[in-house]
Amino acid sequence: MSAQFTGAGAELPGAPPALQAVDATVAYDGVPVLDGVDVEIPAGQTMAVMGPNGSGKSTLMRAMLGIVPLTSGEILVHGTPLRRFRDWRRIGYVPQRLTAGGAVPATVREIVASGQIAARRRLSFTSRSDRQAVTDALEAVGLADRARASVRELSGGQQQRVLIARALAGRPDTFVMDEPMAGVDAENQRALAETITMLGEQGSTVVLVLHELGPLEHVIQRAVSLDHGHIVHDGEPPHPTGECARPGHDHQHPHPDPNAPAPRDAHGEIIRLEVPGSD
Amino acid sequence: MTELWQYEFMQRALIAAVLVGLVTPVIGTFLVQRRLALLGDGIGHVALTGVALGVLTSTSPVLTAAIVSVVGAILIELVRVRTRTSGDVALALLFYGGIAGGVLLIGLAPGANNATLTSFLFGSVSTVSEQDIWIVGALAVGVASVVAFYGRELFVLCQDEEVARAHGLPVRFLSVLLAVTAALTVVIGMQIVGVLMVSALMIVPVAAAQQLSKSFRVTMALAVGIGLVSSLAGLPTAYYADLAPGATIILLALALFCVAVGVGAVRKLRPRHGAGVPGAGTMPQTERGRVT
Repeated sequence: MSAQFTGAGAELPGAPPALQAVDATVAYDGVPVLDGVDVEIPAGQTMAVMGPNGSGKSTLMRAMLGIVPLTSGEILVHGTPLRRFRDWRRIGYVPQRLTAGGAVPATVREIVASGQIAARRRLSFTSRSDRQAVTDALEAVGLADRARASVRELSGGQQQRVLIARALAGRPDTFVMDEPMAGVDAENQRALAETITMLGEQGSTVVLVLHELGPLEHVIQRAVSLDHGHIVHDGEPPHPTGECARPGHDHQHPHPDPNAPAPRDAHGEIIRLEVPGSD
Repeated sequence: MTELWQYEFMQRALIAAVLVGLVTPVIGTFLVQRRLALLGDGIGHVALTGVALGVLTSTSPVLTAAIVSVVGAILIELVRVRTRTSGDVALALLFYGGIAGGVLLIGLAPGANNATLTSFLFGSVSTVSEQDIWIVGALAVGVASVVAFYGRELFVLCQDEEVARAHGLPVRFLSVLLAVTAALTVVIGMQIVGVLMVSALMIVPVAAAQQLSKSFRVTMALAVGIGLVSSLAGLPTAYYADLAPGATIILLALALFCVAVGVGAVRKLRPRHGAGVPGAGTMPQTERGRVT
């Protein structure tokens, strides 16, 4: 079993944190979804952001990449304030699902190649190494044989893998993946876990928004749990007992089980507010 | 067949038709992908005010339409971003303001009448002057340059705005750029098919092409082909059969759309080996294609 404690892995000494949130607050219409969160993700770490629906976990990651604007606080990406960060080729983002529902058909290869947008100059022709990177990305997710298929023809799990391949194609060193296992069957989940393990071994920073650890249990070095926009746990990933791999089952958890079907008003309220963030 | 090309106005119309057929489906592909298919229609409404300003001030209506529709496109984009729920109402206000303003201003222009209005609403090849050809040509070059330079970024933007942000792309700038380019495209097509129908040439060829294609690039290329065939075949057809050229071109494009739907349906009934086999995955695949 790989090391499972905070700060393990291929952290690069001296490098600034890959991602850092300082007192980050995000509010929709005055209601905070993320409330003064401080978190530092060292370069090279494989980390999970966990929590129930509406906890703000997805919003935190989206705010880290500037997809959602901060109401207050600051985000640093590789030591640079987000506003001044320009080295976007280092970032690979996997959205929660294929919102790629563009009405125009696109092939798997076209979508995956578009992940190189930040790494390529305008008016440049596709180089051999660009093409190779796309092929490698497709092979890493096991979709090389579907490269010429229309994305629409693929199942949900395959589309999710297309999105991961798109993030890989730009050869970034910092990955943010929003529930990459959602809608993916067990076999594909294992394949994805292998890919993510490989990324970690290469020294990449990988941040995953997760509902449960599942097959990623052995890859995750650190887990941050959110509830109602606050960090309620930061440290070792929760040890699953038996079938349960959910963070709520961690006995050291200082808060009530966030996964319990608690019929609290505030809970439902926050879920509703998270809709624009498609948590 | 050769005699009609001896008329200078037909030669000019032909050049304009080629430019229209080439450029409109390219921008249309991005708009359809971004689910903004009716943006061109809205800009067309606003462009009428620009046309009317040109008629009223005796300057080139194409030039004034270009200026006003670019301003309109920027306004539309700002409204779209700023307002979340009431966006469509705000857009409607702008559209109807544009068309009412156009009708009102043309009425004020000395010497202008309903025929002037109709020629801009529904297109009139005989109004294409040599100066117009130069302006339209320059606009077409501009639109093509934007696509050549920013095409890849526009693809990412139209595919998934959130991912575009996560790539550090200037999403707001690209959105405005696309809207402005769409406005210029409207102006390019305006004289041939009219402000009310120009959007059809941006959308219908794309709708036809995507029945036959799996790829974005191929869809765009096919759409350009369909746009060119429609406008090049529509012009002489309208001339010999004494039909309205704009309407003839659009109806030809729609006819090609019907053919494409038929061909696409036949292809789906006879899937080639290995194609269309659903892959592994737990999420139910709801869109496996229909036979319509």
